[in-house]
Amino acid sequence: MTKVKSLADLRKMKEELQNKVHLREKGDNAESLVQIRVGMGTSGIASGAKEIFNFFVEELEKRNIEAVVTQTGDMGYNFAEPTVEVTLPGKDPIVFGNVTTQKADKIIECYIKNGELVEGILPENYDKIDNK
Amino acid sequence: MAKYSMHLLVCGGTGCRSAHSAKITENFKNELDASNLSETIQVIETGCFGFCEKGPIVKIMPDNTFYTQVKPEDIKEIVAEHLIKGRKVTRLLYIDPEKKEKIEDSKHMGFYRKQLRIALRNCGFIDPENIDEYIAREGYEALGRCLAEMTPQDVINIVKESGLRGRGGGGFPTGLKWEFASKYQADQKYVVCNADEGDPGAFMDRSILEGDPHSVIEAMAICGYAIGATKGLVYIRAEYPLAIKRLQIAIKQAREYGLLGKNILGSNFEFDIELRYGAGAFVCGEETALIHSMEGLRGEPTVKPPFPAESGYWGKPTNVNNVETFANIPVIILKGGKWFRSIGTEKSPGTKVFALAGKINNVGLIEVPMGITLREVIFEIGGGIKDGKKFKAVQTGGPSGGCLTEKHLDTPIEFDTLIAAGSMMGSGGMIVMDEDDCMVAVAKFYLEFTVEESCGKCAPCRIGNKRLHETLEKICKGNGTREDIELLQNMSRVIKDTALCGLGQTSPNPVLSTIDNFWDEYIEHVDQKKCRAGVCKDLMQYVIRAENCVGCTACARVCPVGAISGERKSVHKIDPAICIKCGACIEKCKFDAIFIQ
Repeated sequence: MTKVKSLADLRKMKEELQNKVHLREKGDNAESLVQIRVGMGTSGIASGAKEIFNFFVEELEKRNIEAVVTQTGDMGYNFAEPTVEVTLPGKDPIVFGNVTTQKADKIIECYIKNGELVEGILPENYDKIDNK
Repeated sequence: MAKYSMHLLVCGGTGCRSAHSAKITENFKNELDASNLSETIQVIETGCFGFCEKGPIVKIMPDNTFYTQVKPEDIKEIVAEHLIKGRKVTRLLYIDPEKKEKIEDSKHMGFYRKQLRIALRNCGFIDPENIDEYIAREGYEALGRCLAEMTPQDVINIVKESGLRGRGGGGFPTGLKWEFASKYQADQKYVVCNADEGDPGAFMDRSILEGDPHSVIEAMAICGYAIGATKGLVYIRAEYPLAIKRLQIAIKQAREYGLLGKNILGSNFEFDIELRYGAGAFVCGEETALIHSMEGLRGEPTVKPPFPAESGYWGKPTNVNNVETFANIPVIILKGGKWFRSIGTEKSPGTKVFALAGKINNVGLIEVPMGITLREVIFEIGGGIKDGKKFKAVQTGGPSGGCLTEKHLDTPIEFDTLIAAGSMMGSGGMIVMDEDDCMVAVAKFYLEFTVEESCGKCAPCRIGNKRLHETLEKICKGNGTREDIELLQNMSRVIKDTALCGLGQTSPNPVLSTIDNFWDEYIEHVDQKKCRAGVCKDLMQYVIRAENCVGCTACARVCPVGAISGERKSVHKIDPAICIKCGACIEKCKFDAIFIQ
């Protein structure tokens, strides 16, 4: 192992090592970040949800967007798999259906970056128990 | 480097490890390999999460899923369901004891909501065996800043400004202690970390060393710079093998990175740390006794002054601080003394780590701002008393502390208020007692401990505590009188005034505080020979209720000493002279005919 020779060295090292714990730190303040949940039920996976999940993880990182990407179970919109739910800080979640990598790209560029809606939004067809 | 989209944090503290958490980590690794997920999901063994009651704990990030009481055989299901299909394994989620709801996100758990983690900032978050993770969390930045941007006096000033007080029990201002040690000139000075955690039921220091050893190493180096010492020693009990192992790994890694050794971070500062093992004697938590033990002498305290700051290890100026005190230092340097002062109360700034134990729902490790009330700690964080029983008392400060009762529940917790209430902060053990605990027996238990742990050097402690214990024993056996209670009080005061070190000066506290707060119970013991909690066996009598007994002979047959007699189908009798109060007859009786008087 190489020695750390100065405070500047240490700081540089910290920058490089940051990503080791970054995921955990993001999870700790998820509310203030963009949250993306990819439906990974059996039908989601069969329609390529895994690829979409990886796409979001990699692209958001590349484009320097702080976001928490998690997977969730079947969201019920099996006619429109893969489905992705995006929650911008302080806003209600929006679910996008039939997400391909091109569409995922659009979601990042338009909705996440600028708040512009993108085609393919699935209407909310249920109430959550927390609202009752 | 592999790009991970998920982190599995498995608790690797002593508590969870004894419930096979190491096997859980191994199973996760194997299952992830088998499912080709080891490239995208990382398994990390962390330090203690604090929620020991429901261990082993597995926390999944970034979605904050908190699985409790996980068994090695559950891993297959977690991988197949949660990690592959995104469905949480609901049967392993924590259930809120009040609302009976399953909690998916650990941030919504009452246990964590009121906590503020400074000393425990990295416990349950990083891998304690990996220095890189500590550095990624601004580790060694504080040391770097001290060396590059501050004079030793600047460092001392920040610690003084923060108002940090020693977390080992006494509550002496840390900054002042450092300043004393810095004033003395010598060819060699020492920094000692006191990791001789001796209170029964306390495991704060062990958990910090197991979960975040680098925070202590960094702080010791900072202290070395501040007082002009180049050598550090950690005095740790040999019965903490995991803490020792993680500390050794951490010291080795710090040396490899040049964060210990010569010319640290390009400066002229030199510092290194060695371990010294204690045999687990309670008195060695006292700093002079600790120093003697490190020198290879008997662990006996000596009169202060001279204080260790002037003449300590091998007669050289030595600064001794406790593990938790050190763990606060790097954060104070980074965020400033003012910031630290803004937390907690005016006279006791910052937070305190407590080990919750006893008859409480959430046994575990917590860190709360000073000034929080006992009620909040016991009922909100601790989740209340087990099995819906009634709260009776909480013992703080270990064998040197006292018992606090219902009327103290709204007292803010800080060094001075606890002393005013007849107890003390101590190192942070909190043992909760319910209606089934006998307070005379509790006092006797602590005295048993201090009698055992007294080093025997001074007479008040060696003989006085023994006499206290005998008198309590007499009361518990049903031979006590009112004069005995008075004797206990007088003797306690004399011991407190005349004992040599902190051990003897505080050992009568449990006796005095239980007499003060539970006078009725003492009186019942001596006047009516009655123990309301049913703990003192000699005061109990097993009696057969004539109207319920049908003469089935079941009790007489099960009695191991033949104390029960009676004809078939007629009322039986227990001979109290023979009865050993084992309770076998009560368990056997189907007619509720035997009771304890």
